[in-house]
Amino acid sequence: MLSERTPVRFYQVGSFAVGNRLVELERRSAQSDPRRANSLSSGHRACAGCGEALGARYALDAAMRATRGQLICVNSTGCLEVFSTPYPETSWRVAWLHSLFANAASVATGVAAGLRATGRDVVRVVAQGGDGGTADIGFGALSGMFERNDDVLFICYDNQGYMNTGVQRSSTTPGAARTATTQAVGPQPGNAFGQGKDVARLAMAHEIPYVATATVADLFDLESKVERAMSLHGARYLHVLVPCPLGWGTLSKDTIALARLAHETGIFPVFEAEYGEVTSSVPLRHRTAVEEYLRPQKRFAHLFDKSGAVTSPDVVARIQALADRNIRRYSLVPDEDQ
Amino acid sequence: MTTPFAITLGVGSSLANKTGSWRVERPVYVDRHPPCNNACPAGEATQGWLYQAEEGNYEAAWRLIMASNPLPAIMGRACFHPCESACNRVQIDEAVGINAVERFLGDRAIDEGWTVPVSAPPSGKRVLVVGSGPAGLAAAYHLVLLGHEVVVYEAAPQCGGMLRYGIPQYRLPRAVVDAEIDRIAAMGVRFEVERRVENVADAMQRGAFDAAFVGIGAQRGKHPDIPSGDAAKVLDAVSMLHGVEEGALPALGRRVVIYGGGDTAMDAARTAQRLGAAETILVYRRTRDQMPAHDEEVCDAALEGVQMRWLSTVSRADGGRLLIETMVLNDQGLAEGTGHFEELEADSLVLALGQDTDLTLFDGDVAVDTTRGVVHVDDHQMTGHAGLFCGGDAAAGPSAERTVTAAVGDGARAAAAIDAWLAGVTLAPTVIPPLASADRLNPWYYADASRTLRPRLEAARRRSNFDEVVGGLTAEDALFEARRCMSCGNCFECDNCYGVCPDNAVIKLGPGQRYEFNLDYCKGCGICATECPCGAIDMVPEHH
Amino acid sequence: MQRQIEGSLAIAEAVALCRPQVVCAYPISPQTHIIEALGAMVKEGALDNCEFVNVDSEMAAMSVAIGASAVGARSYTATASQGLLYMIEAVYNAAGLGLPVVMTLANRAIGAPINIWNDHTDAMAVRDAGWIQLFAETNQEAVDLHVLAFALAEELSVPVMVCVDGFILTHSIERVDLPDQDVVDRLVPPFAPRQVLDPNDPVSIGAMVGPEAFTEVRYLAQLRMRRALEVIPELAERNADAWHRPPTGLIHPYRSIDATLIVVAMGSVLGTIKDVVDDLRATGVNIGALGISCFRPFPVNEVREQLRSATRVVVVEKAFSIGNGGVLSTDIAMALRDRRVTVHTVVAGLGGRPIWAASLRALFVNAAEGTLPATVFCDLNEELVERELERMTHDRSSRSLARRDRAE
Ligand SMILES: Cc1cc2nc3c(=O)[nH]c(=O)nc-3n(C[C@H](O)[C@H](O)[C@H](O)COP(=O)(O)OP(=O)(O)OC[C@H]3O[C@@H](n4cnc5c(N)ncnc54)[C@H](O)[C@@H]3O)c2cc1C
Ligand SMILES: Cc1ncc(C[n+]2csc(CCOP(=O)(O)OP(=O)(O)O)c2C)c(N)n1
Ligand code: SF4
Ligand SMILES: [Mg+2]
Repeated sequence: MLSERTPVRFYQVGSFAVGNRLVELERRSAQSDPRRANSLSSGHRACAGCGEALGARYALDAAMRATRGQLICVNSTGCLEVFSTPYPETSWRVAWLHSLFANAASVATGVAAGLRATGRDVVRVVAQGGDGGTADIGFGALSGMFERNDDVLFICYDNQGYMNTGVQRSSTTPGAARTATTQAVGPQPGNAFGQGKDVARLAMAHEIPYVATATVADLFDLESKVERAMSLHGARYLHVLVPCPLGWGTLSKDTIALARLAHETGIFPVFEAEYGEVTSSVPLRHRTAVEEYLRPQKRFAHLFDKSGAVTSPDVVARIQALADRNIRRYSLVPDEDQ
Repeated sequence: MTTPFAITLGVGSSLANKTGSWRVERPVYVDRHPPCNNACPAGEATQGWLYQAEEGNYEAAWRLIMASNPLPAIMGRACFHPCESACNRVQIDEAVGINAVERFLGDRAIDEGWTVPVSAPPSGKRVLVVGSGPAGLAAAYHLVLLGHEVVVYEAAPQCGGMLRYGIPQYRLPRAVVDAEIDRIAAMGVRFEVERRVENVADAMQRGAFDAAFVGIGAQRGKHPDIPSGDAAKVLDAVSMLHGVEEGALPALGRRVVIYGGGDTAMDAARTAQRLGAAETILVYRRTRDQMPAHDEEVCDAALEGVQMRWLSTVSRADGGRLLIETMVLNDQGLAEGTGHFEELEADSLVLALGQDTDLTLFDGDVAVDTTRGVVHVDDHQMTGHAGLFCGGDAAAGPSAERTVTAAVGDGARAAAAIDAWLAGVTLAPTVIPPLASADRLNPWYYADASRTLRPRLEAARRRSNFDEVVGGLTAEDALFEARRCMSCGNCFECDNCYGVCPDNAVIKLGPGQRYEFNLDYCKGCGICATECPCGAIDMVPEHH
Repeated sequence: MQRQIEGSLAIAEAVALCRPQVVCAYPISPQTHIIEALGAMVKEGALDNCEFVNVDSEMAAMSVAIGASAVGARSYTATASQGLLYMIEAVYNAAGLGLPVVMTLANRAIGAPINIWNDHTDAMAVRDAGWIQLFAETNQEAVDLHVLAFALAEELSVPVMVCVDGFILTHSIERVDLPDQDVVDRLVPPFAPRQVLDPNDPVSIGAMVGPEAFTEVRYLAQLRMRRALEVIPELAERNADAWHRPPTGLIHPYRSIDATLIVVAMGSVLGTIKDVVDDLRATGVNIGALGISCFRPFPVNEVREQLRSATRVVVVEKAFSIGNGGVLSTDIAMALRDRRVTVHTVVAGLGGRPIWAASLRALFVNAAEGTLPATVFCDLNEELVERELERMTHDRSSRSLARRDRAE
């Protein structure tokens, strides 16, 4: 897949940087275009370095490009909604609708149905929300939208917690992570280890036309997935990992670096699937141990001492095991023994 | 009907919220000094011309080289490319093949007949250049570009110095040397060959020169005291190579021993092989690792059948055989004699133990300091004699690298200094920005792309001719190679900052114009700086 | 066209005549027949350009309607009881966003204890949500109100809920005059939305509004709702002219012009009440009735006008606010607060209990005689209640609850 997208390997940084003056215009990312949609424009109130703000612009700009601007976006309640539309200022340049926390997928179904009924189904629909609005309170609506195979691309910006309400645990919060409702106290500090909710795999179980994961660290991958999604009809799901400096306790400058580490450690597998079957995954370029990913995050600070040495090797090993399982499951290291 | 109050908002309204006021640090674009540029003794803006070459702007790239070095086709062959050793790309895969691209550009220029126009008005000043080696050529070229009248006195029948009489043809075809010298001549530099300068002060006076640059190199092979029998055939490498160039083929015999471990020794050995020696044996007193010759040269010599004897010295030469003492490394890593001797059959012994400069042309000029056989110069290549400048091998101390590249750099620096001196001004010191070190890069963005190797003549086909061993790159490969450059420390318009800003606070100014930060909205998160592939953004504290 | 038809089917036909573009369905008794009928119509192609969406919950039903309405599609759904409560967040949201969704509420009690039968507790639960709430007395009125509802909602950009008594109306077969399509097309012109999500003219709908403007947002909503009190009679008159039937306005007075005792109620129980009024009038009681067909916005002026002659008002309600009393009664008392009128609450028909004419007659006679308590639970099984209270006195944990002094 990677090589398919980057047949010309020698464009210096062509395959990974946002743009490249050497690449043909049509092969450049939507983000490199000086006339890009800027679906989410300046003046929004996201924290400095917010991965969700970045992810949303990446995804929607790509969707805008894919649909030639014929796009309507439905947003669930959460940071993205709150920081973008406090009266009297909106940062959205796309047609945008926020209804509630739980119902973005259903509202999007309605938008799609309404467009079809009014003969305007050239206009495409994207619904988006945080992990809470996707994996937890919105999951019923999402599953219904999938099951009906409504013509909606749902994008989850996963920052692994209820950030807007002050960083509480969600069902995508990783094990051991400290949140306001899973404090780093007691014999098992941080979030309990469970299965978590792997929404991408749950989406695949619905056998919908397209499911993909991505991060804000690999723009080309993310854009190509949005593009692929918009080339299809029916229910589609894109799960984007968006580091949150506030909730993760990370430096604002490291947002993309952390997303990259999430991929390079294997803890967040980047793949795509069609009709329930994995069709490609993005291999790790520089396989990295999970502790490199965990260490810069204050939400995992209780696993390390001040000097950065691991103090809870069992917990780190457990997280490493999850990463290794992903690496096997999605063949993230091509020559690794299967 | 109007849209509902407050719950429905119009596009663009958030622009009223100037989030720039949140900032505690602000990003600034910087240009850092790329390590390749930094390492180039000729002062080439390597990263700069690679940037042009990446786009296929070969002529622009070549002109950028020509701004410092007038001999790209030569340097693209002869230079030992310290730029590549310094290249940050080593940290990712392999260094960028800068030298190969330079050669490609140099050859392209020769093919296309590109020239450099002299646009400076005549200064009315005359400058003498003594010697037409790379130092003299570079000085002459830059001086003529600056509007001065330049005359080169060259002792040899042809110009080029070691480019012609030292470096063998299989590494540097003479057509290339001719083409690049002709281009300089065509710019108005007058070359007078077979004109040895006996005394430079006199020559200046007689020719009414306002200034002079001396680039006489180091022409005399060193002859250490080795007891030799009458029948022994002992010669030095420079003379031998000089002879080859002049068509006076030395009779070396079947078995040739080369004594020394530098590049000159390698050239002598490889030349001997080409001249038909059945066996060429290189004798060196230290170990392979300690050999000053460049690794590539040693490998080629070995490939071509040159045998090597480490830890050996020649104690005596007689007709047909040599006495060799075996050495060992002592505790300090120095070679010491063991007292153990061996005989080695040899028809001839070629000494490649370094060269000295003939400094007699400074005789009588007390202002010029020539202690230890080197012409001492200041930072501007000026000797103690005002208006008399020197560079290249003649001015390079024994510890300094004696290379074509350093000579070109000296020549160029001297030309600028001469120009200033003639104008009676002091040269403003060049401000070099801090180094674009590898730790400032974000290498993830660079696609994996291993180096393109230049084609090489098969060893079997090198024996009996002086055909060029190393081929050039195809245009496609040269482009590939240029594009492997990471543009360390200098914005190359990859759009990363423009893309990764969560606040759309980067303005893209268009091709060649780079970017600007929109401080109205920049929150100072620093992602642009972290994600800049080449480290061309700094975060500095904000003082609101 | 006159037809002998089940109420649900008549409503479905009326909705279909209004050419809805998106119909969302999630089943709950007693609403099921309505959406089943609409589903069949869409499926067999009887409804042009209409999307029928089988959603996964009532929350989804209202949400789909919100989304569809926001892109300018005429949207409809129906629910009842638990379903209404399940979607309540979206119910408020549709009104807040000013989206003219029309919804049928087949009124039903709310559990626990779960109960599928009719009362008005569900409607009362959302009376403050910003929806226009219309109550049908008969299936004919249900049909007429639905046609009015679409025109009204779209005229004001306010969602409208047509409340129809579950089973009593929805499942009863009556003679109903269904208007012709061309008549309805005239009365319900194509939807011209106040705001629409359009990629070519993008806006952001659903902003977050803080204290600086929230009061104004609500005040403006109040103005719009009050405007409905003028628009409804206009539309009702116009519709009535078109189909030659009496208008379905804000209120339905019955023999109340000079009555000193007036019974106020909503929905199908009015039929029984009118019978009792006729009966009592015949015995010389100066009684009349007032049906409220528009509960929200509350037609204060019209109610005051119609209750001018009354000295005593009995509000018969199928819901009450536990811990206080009648809901409609509160509104009536508010409307009459400057008059010397006694307002009684008769709580009747909870969870589908039949409301017998005889029971009402007895209560109204008491009222006329001045012996009716302020709040009465019609046909309350006193014996059962006493037995239960008695049982509680033997249990430590509930002893303190076994007192009745402040029950009414
Ligand atoms: C065999 C050999 C191979 C080498 N290979 C390489 C290589 O691959 N890469 C590299 O970078 N360097 C190489 N070098 C070193 C390099 O050639 C020299 O460092 C470089 O040529 C020095 O340049 P220059 O101008 O100072 O002197 P030269 O090149 O030596 O030129 C001096 C010129 O001055 C002339 N001259 C001398 N005295 C007088 C006088 N009194 N009057 C008039 N003219 C005079 C000489 O005839 C000569 O033409 C090699 C050297 C040798 C000997
Ligand atoms: C029904 C409902 N429950 C709870 C909330 C409070 N709430 C608003 S945003 C939010 C968290 C959002 O989390 P997520 O969806 O992950 O988005 P994020 O803010 O992390 O981007 C919560 C709990 C709400 N608005 N509505
Ligand atoms: S809390 Fe996290 S998700 Fe929310 S605006 Fe801040 S960085 Fe973004
Ligand atoms: Mg979240």
